[in-house]
Amino acid sequence: MVRNDIESQRERARLNRMEIIDAKLSRREMMKYGLLTAGGALVAKSGLSIRAASAGGAVTSPATTPFIEPMRLLKPHVGSRLQDDLDHCTATVSDDPKEAARAVHQLWNGNEPQVVYNFTQKPRLYRPHPKLAEQNIWTFRDFNKDTESPLAMIHARYGEPSMVYSHNELPANHKGYGNPMVTTHLHNAHNASESDGNPTDYFGPGTYKTFHYPNMYAGGDEREALGFLWFHDHCMDYTSQNVYRGLVGTYLLFDRYDSGNEEDTDSKAIRLPSGKYDVPLVIENKVYDKNGVAYFDLFNLDGIIGDKFLVNGNVQPYFEVDRRRYRFRLLNTGPSRFYQFKFSNGMKFWQVSNDGNLLPFPIERDSVSMTVAERMDIVVDFSGVTDNIVYLVNVLEHKDGTGPTGKILSTSVGDKILQFRLGAKVTDNSRVLTKTTELRRLPDINMSEVKKERNWVFNRRNGAWVVNGELFNRNVVNARCQKNTAEIWNITNASGGWSHPIHMHYEEFQILSRNGVPIKDGDPEKSRKDVIWLHPNETVKIFVRFRDFTGKYPLHCHNVVHEDHAMMARYDVVDDASS
Amino acid sequence: MDMRRRQFLVSGAVIVGGVLLGTTMADLIGPAEGESFDGSPDGRFPNIVLHGHDGGAYRFYDDLIRDKIVLINMFFTGCGDICPLSTQHLVQAQEMLGDRVGRDIFMYSITLNPELDTEPVIRDYAETYGVGPGWLFLRASRDDTELLRRALGFVDPDPALDADLETHIGVVKFGNDAIGRWGACPSFADAEEIVAGVRTLDPIKRA
Repeated sequence: MVRNDIESQRERARLNRMEIIDAKLSRREMMKYGLLTAGGALVAKSGLSIRAASAGGAVTSPATTPFIEPMRLLKPHVGSRLQDDLDHCTATVSDDPKEAARAVHQLWNGNEPQVVYNFTQKPRLYRPHPKLAEQNIWTFRDFNKDTESPLAMIHARYGEPSMVYSHNELPANHKGYGNPMVTTHLHNAHNASESDGNPTDYFGPGTYKTFHYPNMYAGGDEREALGFLWFHDHCMDYTSQNVYRGLVGTYLLFDRYDSGNEEDTDSKAIRLPSGKYDVPLVIENKVYDKNGVAYFDLFNLDGIIGDKFLVNGNVQPYFEVDRRRYRFRLLNTGPSRFYQFKFSNGMKFWQVSNDGNLLPFPIERDSVSMTVAERMDIVVDFSGVTDNIVYLVNVLEHKDGTGPTGKILSTSVGDKILQFRLGAKVTDNSRVLTKTTELRRLPDINMSEVKKERNWVFNRRNGAWVVNGELFNRNVVNARCQKNTAEIWNITNASGGWSHPIHMHYEEFQILSRNGVPIKDGDPEKSRKDVIWLHPNETVKIFVRFRDFTGKYPLHCHNVVHEDHAMMARYDVVDDASS
Repeated sequence: MDMRRRQFLVSGAVIVGGVLLGTTMADLIGPAEGESFDGSPDGRFPNIVLHGHDGGAYRFYDDLIRDKIVLINMFFTGCGDICPLSTQHLVQAQEMLGDRVGRDIFMYSITLNPELDTEPVIRDYAETYGVGPGWLFLRASRDDTELLRRALGFVDPDPALDADLETHIGVVKFGNDAIGRWGACPSFADAEEIVAGVRTLDPIKRA
């Protein structure tokens, strides 16, 4: 592999320059120009420092009265099962000039689509709060702007492959932040590279691309079932801007066990709260300018920390709930804020998934922490709650893009994100959860499958992000992982005081240890993950398999502002030996 | 009021007032009546005067940014750290972008060390690296440099690192003012990545 190490490149460049200068300028002249000190060392630490209070662009949102609008619900997108539409789907790119180029869909035979979805990405008007402006946001589909969440949702099932036609109808002449080039990533999905929405595979306005979602268990192992995924735009250099503009959706994946029916008579069904009691809560963090329009600071390199919290598209809504059990699917879309959620009444709840993948057993908690892009399913029981109002509260202080301060606020001073208004007690046929309710067993970790151990060190160099001392280059493969093998990855944060949500595409992994301390049974991290909350100076060891598909995938920071400044590496799944 | 007109007035106010620190541009700039400001950075740049290695004097926004596709990084000639590699990669990027540089794409390297990086010094630096037309090495007063550095976000949140010239931000911002689109990548990234970033600023042709 060609070494592209920044330190050695830097040294070569420096020597190069010195040679040129030596040939051209006398030492005396160089000293005169301040290039060299008398001792011959290059001038260092000249100390330009006029520390000012704050950088430009600090914007504070207008006041918005909280909890005056009902929370919007995500509406499942309706697909077509018409034979004509299914017959139209092809593994190869059609001869339609509007279809974007891609590789041939892998594993097509036997996984031909049974459902076809059409998404049309374009600006649509929406008002996120009565005190804010009606404004163009970018969404995947039409929606009723008075009643529905603008965020898209797909309900999918294992064994039912689908095809998404993703149409880019964003304005080619768009002005302002965001780039109308798009590539839709289905986050956490076990999909082939050509359907993954790789950051560098963007397609332009007036074209469309097909994404094949086989909805198959990784390696055919039903213990690998995924449950709560999300899709979002992933355009290289512009992911944070395009996600901020609204290109976000959720993807709920059901199977025989997690069937989406709390009254399922199948004895194997888990019977978690379903239907109107199975509710995605998509949490976005934004800031609005004084005219009430979403503002994105294009000159912030560290991370965008907004002062407004949106749930399913609205700023601080209320949600009228029955006094019974709910399954809430929490998603943090960022761009950069980390959370710790509690309920204002201190009530406990069951965490049933990590990154949307069911845990072996429910874990009783009174708070959950979520970095960017993480998903958590929790089951909350309102039946015994005496208060009529309960809040979902963020208690984690987070002031800038470096990460949370670590300070935990009391629920009375934390950010109230969502207000629950409790109604009547109603019938509840969902399963009563206990610490021994079997949800989904973890796949075995078999070290004999491990063919390679790799280190990924995330570092900061002159305000830029480097991985293993190298900067991202889309044409450089940083790791080749052999299909049908497993690897151990040691992921290290060496970037000083920064926290990062590190995400790998393609297959969920299991965390073996944090800083050498093994993850024990019953720990929420004893689970199948695709995002790691990497605290300052941590090393996390993971076990990951590579199955079914080949092609390129990224490993990147999901603080999307960091990601857009190249905090990314490329690994390829290959048929040949690892390297 | 026309956006450009407002831009000009605000920029003027910045120069006359001397400092902008502590005041956010959003306080100064509102959208014209009946016009929805979409978050584009129109109006956020201080219109300070910079002097180029070519001897010219330029207003930052009016002369260097307005309606242009640009690459901007900050450097200093005495930097023995990341600048030689950045400049070398930017020279390669300039070569790859060909005659567009100077026509519709412009490159700017602004010194962080204006006292030492006098006009002859930055001219020599440009010549040393074989910098072509369309790329200016620029210097401003120390206060103006600091103002610009903050407006461009070339700031490390760690005060110790931020105060140390050797750990200055090695990022190149690329932007197209006419459409308000801005991105960034490390200035010492491979030239092909820098060029790929710049290409995202081109007007998109419909299929």
